[in-house]
Amino acid sequence: MSSKRLRLLAWGVVLLLAILLPFFFNSYRVGQFTQAMALAIAVLGLNLLVGYSGQISLGHGAFFALGAYASAISIADLGVPYLLGLPIAGAVCAIAGFALGLPALRLRGLYLALVTLGVAIATPQIIKRADGLTGGTQGMTIEKITAPAWSGLADDQWLYFVTLVVTAVMFVLAAFLVRGRVGRALVAIRDNEIAARTMGVDLARFKTGTFAISAAFAGVGGALFTLPIGFLAPESFPLALSFAFLAAIVVGGLATIAGALFGALFIEFVPVYAADVDEALAGVIYGGVLILFMYLLPGGVMGLVRRISSKKATPRGTDDVQAGADDRPGGDAAGAGSGAARERVRAQ
Amino acid sequence: MDRFIQVLVDGWATGSLYGALAVAVVLIYRATGIVNFAQGELAMFSTFIAWGLMQAGLPLGLALLATLLLSLFGGMLIERIIIRPVEGGEVLTLVIVTLGLYILVNSLAGWIWGFGNRAFPSLFGDGSFDVAGATIPLESLGIVAVLIALVAILFAVFQRTKVGLAMRAVAMNPESSRLHGISVGRTLMIGWGVAALVGALAGALIAPRLFLDVNFMGAVLIYSFAAATLGGFDSPLGALIGGWIVGIAEGLAGTYVDFIGSDLKILVPLTVILVVLLFRPTGLFGSAEVARA
Repeated sequence: MSSKRLRLLAWGVVLLLAILLPFFFNSYRVGQFTQAMALAIAVLGLNLLVGYSGQISLGHGAFFALGAYASAISIADLGVPYLLGLPIAGAVCAIAGFALGLPALRLRGLYLALVTLGVAIATPQIIKRADGLTGGTQGMTIEKITAPAWSGLADDQWLYFVTLVVTAVMFVLAAFLVRGRVGRALVAIRDNEIAARTMGVDLARFKTGTFAISAAFAGVGGALFTLPIGFLAPESFPLALSFAFLAAIVVGGLATIAGALFGALFIEFVPVYAADVDEALAGVIYGGVLILFMYLLPGGVMGLVRRISSKKATPRGTDDVQAGADDRPGGDAAGAGSGAARERVRAQ
Repeated sequence: MDRFIQVLVDGWATGSLYGALAVAVVLIYRATGIVNFAQGELAMFSTFIAWGLMQAGLPLGLALLATLLLSLFGGMLIERIIIRPVEGGEVLTLVIVTLGLYILVNSLAGWIWGFGNRAFPSLFGDGSFDVAGATIPLESLGIVAVLIALVAILFAVFQRTKVGLAMRAVAMNPESSRLHGISVGRTLMIGWGVAALVGALAGALIAPRLFLDVNFMGAVLIYSFAAATLGGFDSPLGALIGGWIVGIAEGLAGTYVDFIGSDLKILVPLTVILVVLLFRPTGLFGSAEVARA
């Protein structure tokens, strides 16, 4: 079987499992899976930015928060139907992402990390201060979403399927984006900016564009994340959230689409189980995982999957070369900890 | 007017604290080209060690001295074990690893000492005196004096000793330094050790003013990044002066700009970072970076 077919088959199985899942778990678990999917959208957005275009953001929790509040305010205060809250969240965050992308054009690497870290740290303060809109430290509530009668589903199941559909759409969008011309341009920018510009890639357009799209993904994720909870407050979006997103893309694999799913499941469920042992354990695991993955598994879980499947599936494939052309660079960027990357830097 | 002077003096002392951590950040940046996101958390951990030693019955001075030594070795150990494998790697890798260290150290401290906050005694007591209607705590003067002395010592070490020369050489060109017989690895270890020591000192100076808890350095870190950015990221003196400017700007903005008040002070360092990076990326004292394609 060719690797392309194999990949489609794998996605089919994942989708089938996802559709069956809410009928086999209690509503508490279903709620957790709903949140994991919402996180996956945000993680995917961050991965578009960091993994594919090579721009570092330590502040995607801010866009997640902005999306959540944009949707909550339009639902609670403006009376917009909740499904319309999602594109509103996406649009608001796209504009904010574009705005942050403009200075990002001149800030690279470390400095962009600094600025976005500052944004993440300032986020809860800004939410508190804008209490006219956000309810300040009191937080704000959104009415519980109820399933329409024709669906025959429980409320949590309905919300799960709504989230599933949105997640599927966002993943397909992202896949089309990175497999096409845009994706190639982004990877070219990441790997060698000057060469990319020489080849006619409009750096400013692609970089700010990626920032906007990435932020929009995070915003939609944030909006979906708060729907099942029905409550949001400044403390819902701590600095740790931005760090968790980063941990998720490292665990799942930089510059991969499917990795976002693994990453999101990781950051949804690790804290749940770790909290049973100690409040601090989740952080210890995140920190340890970030460091260890960069040493041992720089391609993340997807890098491992790919290594195994490319050994088995295509003994001599032109197909594999094809797959490599659009996927492999991700592993490469993530493999920065390796000796080869170090040599490359030294050689310059 | 009294209030104005008071704000200036307070801002100066607070700014010295930002400068202290910024000096630690700058030391590592100079040596390895890494911005150590974990610097504040390492300082927090050191401060907790000092607190623990005092709980065990040591007097403040002795506990602090022991902590500084422990931090020196701890910093060297961290460089050797955690940073060495990725040194010279891509920026993204370095950012992720030092962030990993940030989260790891923060959570470990939470695990060991819990998340409550504690009082930490000041090195300089709580006396104060009045000048021109403003109350100047002895502590503020002490902090400023310690920091000026620290930067003078660092300057002497960098400019006048063989170790300092080796550190500058390694920062500039590791390969050539190695060919000249400098042990690059050992020099970098020393750099991290000294930075951890300076960080520990910063932590012990900051803790009395803020209360000691596992997150007390989180906000300070962004201020110290602003200070380092303003100072040019590779100059310890610049970091100190940058710290003063940021501290005073924060005080003035918090007191006189209604919109900012005490809630949005965090916007001050953020604005400083953004403005400096966009309009004068080398800061006030930094040297320009020459990029080769």
